[in-house]
Amino acid sequence: MSRWVGDRSLIACLRLAAATTGSVVLLIFVFLVFESWSALEALGLRFVTDSSWHPASDPSEGTFNLTPMLVGTLAATAGSMLLATPLALASAVFCNFYAAPRPAQLYRRMIELLAGIPSVVYGFWGLVVLVPLIRQIEPPGASLLAGILVLTIMILPTIALTADSAFGAVPESYLQASAALGLSRTTTLAAVVVPAARSGLFTGVMLGTGRALGETMAVLMVCGNVVQTPASLFDPIRTLTANIALEMAYALGDHRSALFVTGLALMCIVAALVLLTEAAAERWTVEGP
Amino acid sequence: MLLQESSSSAPRKRPAPTGAAFGLRLGLLICLLSMLPSAGCQSPSEDPAGGTVEETVKLVVTGSSTVAPLVSDLAKAFEKKHDNARVDVQTGGSSRGMSDARRGLADIGMVSRSPKEGEDDLRWHPIANDGLAIIVHADNPVGALSSEQVEKIYRGDIESWHSVGGNDAPITVVNKAEGRSTLEIFLGHFGFESADVEADVVIGDNQQGIKTVSGNPDAIAYVSIGTAEFETSEGTPIKLLTLDSVVPSTAAVRDGTYPISRTLHLVTADEPEGWVAAFVDYCRSTEAHPLVEGQYFVPLGG
Repeated sequence: MSRWVGDRSLIACLRLAAATTGSVVLLIFVFLVFESWSALEALGLRFVTDSSWHPASDPSEGTFNLTPMLVGTLAATAGSMLLATPLALASAVFCNFYAAPRPAQLYRRMIELLAGIPSVVYGFWGLVVLVPLIRQIEPPGASLLAGILVLTIMILPTIALTADSAFGAVPESYLQASAALGLSRTTTLAAVVVPAARSGLFTGVMLGTGRALGETMAVLMVCGNVVQTPASLFDPIRTLTANIALEMAYALGDHRSALFVTGLALMCIVAALVLLTEAAAERWTVEGP
Repeated sequence: MLLQESSSSAPRKRPAPTGAAFGLRLGLLICLLSMLPSAGCQSPSEDPAGGTVEETVKLVVTGSSTVAPLVSDLAKAFEKKHDNARVDVQTGGSSRGMSDARRGLADIGMVSRSPKEGEDDLRWHPIANDGLAIIVHADNPVGALSSEQVEKIYRGDIESWHSVGGNDAPITVVNKAEGRSTLEIFLGHFGFESADVEADVVIGDNQQGIKTVSGNPDAIAYVSIGTAEFETSEGTPIKLLTLDSVVPSTAAVRDGTYPISRTLHLVTADEPEGWVAAFVDYCRSTEAHPLVEGQYFVPLGG
């Protein structure tokens, strides 16, 4: 009897916890839509057709084009993913299959430390070290490239650690079977380990992308924040997150509402990303080895 | 209605502008969480003088991040004088300061410029003067510019330091983000629109501007003279440019010869009474002058 009561209360607690977690996302979405509504109503398509982003609290006075910032965000995220994913996967492979146990453990701790450094520290380092370096190649220095490099370092540990545990979860028997078949290390990795760890790798890449999309402080400090569609890696850009951070405290009326639209756009990108990854992972797993 | 209320009180929960940058999701979460308590904890926007002497009164002051450090100092001194007074200073920009004062969300707003047309519904109380200095890196050989040259640089008509007597290097134009009153003052002096500015870097606060310029020998930016003087005295490699033959200094702001200056104000919705009046009067008194100077601003009539 008492066990039954215990079970019932556990289930109730779990339901409550799950409902809370789920409703937070929902509430945030509702809140964003609610706050964006007046700007969406007043401006509508002007978020993509206006000449530039020079907001004013009165919609008839300002211009509100979000697309350069959308492009900036996607470019910075894509660039950092392209750099960080191979690096992180290589580091996880090294850690799991090539390094001796002790150095591997030490290496893992270091990556964890890297993951724990606050973003503002990366941003500050980027501003005083990276930006002047890039400026020597091509002024002004604060640029898409600086943003990509800082983001790469920031998301590297996220992907590396997830990939590391995904590789660690590959059953020992797979490796033994592969060894028994006389497969080389390269073949074992490519044909056995990576396919078996695929879903974990996807999760890691998705978490990394999410972090790159949402990162604010570091990109705010190194990207230059000029609202323009970048023509080269050396052009300054402004990301959606930086736009909110720069202007939110100073915005009133429809300008403020337009910043919530910025947040809404960001949330939609993240949602699309989650769906895409889900779909891709499902397809690949079904077609798996 | 609950959402309506929370949205208007959310800004008060937000810390300094830098705090707003901690992460989009965190910020939103805070906004959401603030829904719950906001119904219960109303700020004491009513005239606090009605309370008995023993009762602690709390003044809420919000607005310009330029004025906030000064008012924080003044608030500390004021609290020391009056045991039962608490002054809560929060930043959020001049426009927020005015809007909070109008809507009664704050007792006093801080505004880092003079009133514009249509803003005389508020009571304006000047507390100090400040100037905007054009700054470059200390290694930049250029030491003086005319207003016309600065305007051309910011409009993108002059793109190399060579054209104004400096090195043959492209100019990195540092501008402020939209909505900052520092930007408004700057544009107002030179008479052009923010859409005309061809910026290479857009910054948030003064500190970011100083970091950007001290790390880039070809950058040009504009910041509060007080902040710039303080940084040069600390050894930061920046230099204040002479503008139209006037050397920028708090002294030049004081005697009115420096061309780009502004008056920092406190604003209230009505004629201040009770504790609000006491605090405003304290900020404007000669007693407050050392604190004003300590923040590298210029006391009024001093």
